[in-house]
Amino acid sequence: MRKTVFLGTVAVAGMAAGMAAATTLEDVKARGSLNCGVNTGLVGFASPNANGEWEGFDVGVCRAVAAAVLGDPTAIQFVPTTGKTRFTALASGEIDVLARNTTWTFSRDTDLKFEFVGINYYDGQGFMVPKELGVTSAKELGGATICIQTGTTTELNLADYFRKNNMDYEPVPIETDNEAQQQYLAGACDAYTTDASGLAAVRATFENPSDHVILPEIVSKEPLGPLVRHGDSEWGDIVRWTLNALVAAEELNISSANVKELAEAGTDNPEMNRLLGTEGNLGEMIGLESDWAVNAIAAAGNYGELFEKNIGENTPIGLARGLNAQWTEGGLIYSPPFR
Amino acid sequence: MSDTHAQFAFVRSKMLPEAPPPASERGAAKWVRQNFFSSTINTVMTIFVFVVVIQIALTVVPWLANGVWSGSSLSDCREALAGETGACFAVLSERWNQLLFGFQYPSELYWRPLAAFLLLFVAIAPVLFQKYVPSKMLIFTALYPFIAFFLIWGGSLLTPVLALAGFVVGYFVYTKLVAQSFALGFFGGLFAALAFWILSGYLPVEGILAIEPVESREIGGFMLNLILGTVCVSLSIPFGIALALGRQSSMPIIKWICVVFIEFIRGVPLITLLFVANVVLAYFLPPGTNFDLILRVIIMITMFASAYIAEVIRGGLAALPRGQYEAANSLGLDYAQSMRLIILPQALKISIPGIVNVAVGLFKDTTLVSVISMFDLVGMIRGPISSSQEWNGVYWELFLAAGLLFFVTCYGISQYSQWLERELRTDHR
Repeated sequence: MRKTVFLGTVAVAGMAAGMAAATTLEDVKARGSLNCGVNTGLVGFASPNANGEWEGFDVGVCRAVAAAVLGDPTAIQFVPTTGKTRFTALASGEIDVLARNTTWTFSRDTDLKFEFVGINYYDGQGFMVPKELGVTSAKELGGATICIQTGTTTELNLADYFRKNNMDYEPVPIETDNEAQQQYLAGACDAYTTDASGLAAVRATFENPSDHVILPEIVSKEPLGPLVRHGDSEWGDIVRWTLNALVAAEELNISSANVKELAEAGTDNPEMNRLLGTEGNLGEMIGLESDWAVNAIAAAGNYGELFEKNIGENTPIGLARGLNAQWTEGGLIYSPPFR
Repeated sequence: MSDTHAQFAFVRSKMLPEAPPPASERGAAKWVRQNFFSSTINTVMTIFVFVVVIQIALTVVPWLANGVWSGSSLSDCREALAGETGACFAVLSERWNQLLFGFQYPSELYWRPLAAFLLLFVAIAPVLFQKYVPSKMLIFTALYPFIAFFLIWGGSLLTPVLALAGFVVGYFVYTKLVAQSFALGFFGGLFAALAFWILSGYLPVEGILAIEPVESREIGGFMLNLILGTVCVSLSIPFGIALALGRQSSMPIIKWICVVFIEFIRGVPLITLLFVANVVLAYFLPPGTNFDLILRVIIMITMFASAYIAEVIRGGLAALPRGQYEAANSLGLDYAQSMRLIILPQALKISIPGIVNVAVGLFKDTTLVSVISMFDLVGMIRGPISSSQEWNGVYWELFLAAGLLFFVTCYGISQYSQWLERELRTDHR
C-alpha cells in the first residue's frame, strides 16, 4: 500500500495490455517469485510455524516448483486460500499454482477449466467414532448423527454412501476441522467424517486417542494434487514434471542429502543422469535450467522425505504410506520415465 | 389524671427507646428473603439457579486456576496437568505476538504499530474530549493518518508526505475557486488533488528517507481489526452525513443516487461485499495488477458502514422539529451555514447512541475478513494457530482471549458514548 494505492484504479487500465500476453513462466521469472495458493491452515499440509514460515506437505510442492523455476525455494509468495476462494484465486491469475489438498474431480478439471498436473496424496473419506459406541463398521452407522464439513466433496460422498446402503443419518454441518473436533468431543455427533488423513490428524490431538477408532471403510476416492489454469500447457508441464521429479527421486534413491553430490559426480544410471541434468537436455525442453530437478529435490527433499517430515509416522499425525507408497512397494505413487 | 392509674395495672408513661427491626427484617437476611425467597416459585427458582451456577463454577474455576502458562505444545500442557482439568494458556504466551500482529509482521518492527496505536489516543483526544484538550491538538489529528500509515507500512517518508501535499493542493484550489461557486471549488479541488497524486506517482521516491517497508499482506492479528475498525468508522461518519443530507436533498438526481446507494448497500450482507472485494474484483482488474487487498476491504466496509450511519443520522434529522429548519432560514443563513450551525449539532447529538451502536457492530464485523483468507485475530486462530502441529486441538483458550480483547475495546467505546451523552445534555433534568 504505497503510492500505488492512490493510483491503483487509474493505473490498472494502462497496464492491462502489456501483462496479459506473457506466459505464466515469463510472469514468474519477471516477478522473481512464485505465487502459490495454499490452505489457510491444515495440520501437516500447510501451516505457518511460530516464526511465520510456511511448512507442510503441500507447501513442499510449492517450494520445489519455486526452486525448479527460480533456483530459490524461498522465492514464493504464499497466498492462503479457503475452500471458497481457492478456485477464483487461480482462475483470476492471483496465483500461479494451487497446492491445497484439492480433490481431482471431473467437473473441476473440465467445467472449472483447470489442469490437475498430478496426484501428490491419495486420500479417501473415512469415519471416526468413539470406541465406547461399539461400532466396528461404517455399515452399522444407520441413524447416526454425523459431523461433516460443508462445501466439500465429503458432504456429497456421505449422502451417496448412505443412500447406496439404504441407511438414514443426520448431518451436523460444521465449518472447520477445529470446530468439528469440539463438536465431536462434546458428543454433538456420533461420528465424524472427513478425509482419512484429516481424521488421523484430528485423532492425534485428542487427549486419549485410543478411545476413538477410525472405521476400516474408505467410502470415496480423494486424489489430492496441485493444479494450474487451462490454456498454458508449458506451465502445466513444469509443475507436473517437478512433482514427477520428486517422485522419481525417491524411486532412484536421490535425497536432499545426496542430490548435489550425485549431480556433481555423475552416476552410472542414465535415467538418474538425465533427471539431474548431467546428461541430455530435459531442462531445456521445458524452458528451465539444466539443474532444475537438482534444485527442486534439494529444496524440500524427495517425495518420501516430504511425506516423512510432514505427515509420516514420526510426526504427531502419524500417517502410514499405504496407497502413497512407491509402486515398487505396493503403492500408487508412480512417475513416468524421464527420457 | 390519677384515675388512669387506678383503672389499669400498668400504663407506659414514656416512650420506649427505639429498637432495631427484628433480625429477619433487616440487613442481609431481609434482602435475601425479599429478593430470593419471597414466594414458593421464587424459592424454587433460586435453588435451581444456585445449583446451575455452582455447577458451572465447579468446571470453570479449576479450569482457569489450573491453567498452564508455559510450554511449547498442547502435549506439554497435558503433561504438566497430568490428567487434571486445566486450560492450556501456554498457547497464548507462545503465540501472543501472532495474535496481536499476525504471523508475518517482522517481529523487530513491532514497536512501530505499537507506537501508532499509542499515538492514536493522542490523535483522537481532541475529537473525543473537545472541552478538555486544547484545539491546537487537532493539527496532530489531521496529520495522524499519514504518521500512522508511515509507521505501520513503512517505506519512503515521501509517500505519506506527497499524499498529504495532495490534500493541501486540493484545499488551496478549493479556496481559490469556492468564491465563484461551491461545486466549482469542490470539483476543482478534487481534480487538482488527483492530478497531483498521479503526477507525484511518477517521482522515484523508492528508498528516499525510507524505513523498512511492510507489505499489506504481512499485516494481521488484532492490529488488522483495529486498523479496519478505526479507518472505516472515521471515514464512514463524514460519508454517512453526506449521504443522509443527500437523501433529504430537494435535488432529484442527488437524492436518488443517495437513496439507491443506501438501499442497495443495506440490502446486501457485508460478507457478500467482502467476497466482491476479494474475488470478483480480481476478475475485473487485469492480471498482475496488485490493487491492495486491505484497501479494497476498507472501501467495502466503509461503504457498508456509511449506509448504516446515514440512516442513523437521517433519524436524527427527522427528529428535529420543523421549526429549527425554519428558524435557521429566517435568520438568513444559507444551506451550509444552517446545517453546520443549527441542524447538524442537534441531529448528531440525538444520533450518538445509534452511531456508537453501528461503530461497535462494525468493529466486531471486521472479523468477517477471516472468511476471505485475511489473518485478522479470528483468522489467526482459525487458520495458522489451530492448524499448527503444536496447538491443534486448543480451542476455548484462544477464543476466550479474542473475546476479551474485543470486549475491552467495545466496552470502552460504549462507556465513552454514555459519558458523551451526559456531557452534551442541555436539558434540565
